[in-house]
Amino acid sequence: MLNRREWVQGLLAGGSLAALGGCATTGGAPSAAKVVVVGGGYGGATAAKYTRLLSDNTLDVVLIEPSRNFVSCPMSNLVVGGLRQLDDITLSYDGLRNKHGVTVVHDMVASIDVEKKSVKLANGGEIRYDKLVLSPGIELMFDEIQGLKQANVEGQILQAWKAGNETVALFKQIEAMRDGGVFAITVPEAPYRCPPGPYERASLVAAYLKKNKPRSKVLILDANPDVTSKAALFKKAWSDLYPGLLEFRGQHKATGVDAKSMTVKFDVQDDVKADVLNVLPPMRAGALAVQSKLANANARWCHVNYQSFESTAAKDIHVIGDAIQIAPAMPKSGHMANSHAKVAAAAIVAELKGWELNARPMLTNTCYSFVSTSEVIHVASVHEYVSAEKTFKTVAGSGGVSAARSELEASYATGWARNIWADTLG
Amino acid sequence: MLHFRRSRHFIAISVLTLGLLGGAHGQAAFDLQMRSLAATCAGCHGIEGNAVQGESMVRLAGLPKDYFILQMLAFREDKRPATVMHQIGKGYSPEQIEALASYFAAKNISPKN
Repeated sequence: MLNRREWVQGLLAGGSLAALGGCATTGGAPSAAKVVVVGGGYGGATAAKYTRLLSDNTLDVVLIEPSRNFVSCPMSNLVVGGLRQLDDITLSYDGLRNKHGVTVVHDMVASIDVEKKSVKLANGGEIRYDKLVLSPGIELMFDEIQGLKQANVEGQILQAWKAGNETVALFKQIEAMRDGGVFAITVPEAPYRCPPGPYERASLVAAYLKKNKPRSKVLILDANPDVTSKAALFKKAWSDLYPGLLEFRGQHKATGVDAKSMTVKFDVQDDVKADVLNVLPPMRAGALAVQSKLANANARWCHVNYQSFESTAAKDIHVIGDAIQIAPAMPKSGHMANSHAKVAAAAIVAELKGWELNARPMLTNTCYSFVSTSEVIHVASVHEYVSAEKTFKTVAGSGGVSAARSELEASYATGWARNIWADTLG
Repeated sequence: MLHFRRSRHFIAISVLTLGLLGGAHGQAAFDLQMRSLAATCAGCHGIEGNAVQGESMVRLAGLPKDYFILQMLAFREDKRPATVMHQIGKGYSPEQIEALASYFAAKNISPKN
């Protein structure tokens, strides 16, 4: 842990104080920084922290994030299932500020000037960078599903896929639902953020309904042909724990909603009516990446050089997290974003110091899913950069899923959350 | 003990595989790569092996080097029961395990964690 003196020394070494001195109008935002990180989710927060750590606090880092607090998507299904409060998954950026000397600016980036190497803030002001880390997360493509945008704005049909107020609102809808009602969740075609997330959510809603409104039903309406993650484990849990209550239907690609009759329309299948509708539209890289022409994979995801996560479209911009075009078997997950961030941070430190890049960076991912209030399953993987193929591949023989759902893994799931929150923000 | 003795060879290998970087910055660049490798454990086991106290994840900081190697090899070879570490362990080479063992053995236990 840094003491205050070391922290101030780090700031001096990195030039942050000088940069702060140059700030005039943006409420604490400096006019330049060695490293600017855009987006304070799992990817961006980790990148900011690890750039400080791995440079021994010699690089000044500015993190730009509009939200005052970090709300975790992992574990947010426990809020949807009524088992946790939003406060339980809400964390502060103070650790980045006070322990690591990251300058946190609560603002949106309006645009990136790739040539000038600067970002413009929505509230005014501009920050020049030597290296930019872009961790914009995902944009939900509401327009792909007719009627969804309006229904979402009016609070009738929620996504709750970006954790926050909608997470709580969705639980309230379920809590208010009549016994005998139908909760339906639609799943977009892969790739999307958090592959097992929809199935975990459906499981926890089923657990809640089984206890509180046992005549109700949960429907999973999936654009994919089958469950996209931990399929056998989820299906076993559903048939053991929620027979007659939870039903999975594949090949259901949602194309429209009608909020008045609470109906979803599909490209081929018949309409489905529900009491509570949770519609997850297709996703792409966060809007800033798309608008900055960094989403050069089908105008949807961002191609990167995996050794450093530098964009293939712009020099000195490193894109991490859910926004990237994934390598084989790489999930769009919080843990993976945390792993991307560490590789990108190390590459940035090496490049700015004039050192050789790591020839063989590694990534890990462990993803726990609750299938009931007390039992959990996981999928885990280890990935190594293969320079000959310029991509990450899973290490042969590594990784896998749980042997069976268990209460033991529930204790690991909560332990994982506490640890990765500390690793990302602490 | 067989596995441990075998691991002795890995010291030389790890110096070869991780220590190719020459020049004035060789040591600093090597340290950065070592810290990056150790950071792949941090999501679950904490910064520099100091896991959050009171949770079920094991603290790695200060673990004796030989113990770390033996456990990781046991995970790799499915000889120690595990929920996930047998799958993670197979993702790391014996050289990497050796290097991580030295790294974490040298880390202090943080009183705050």
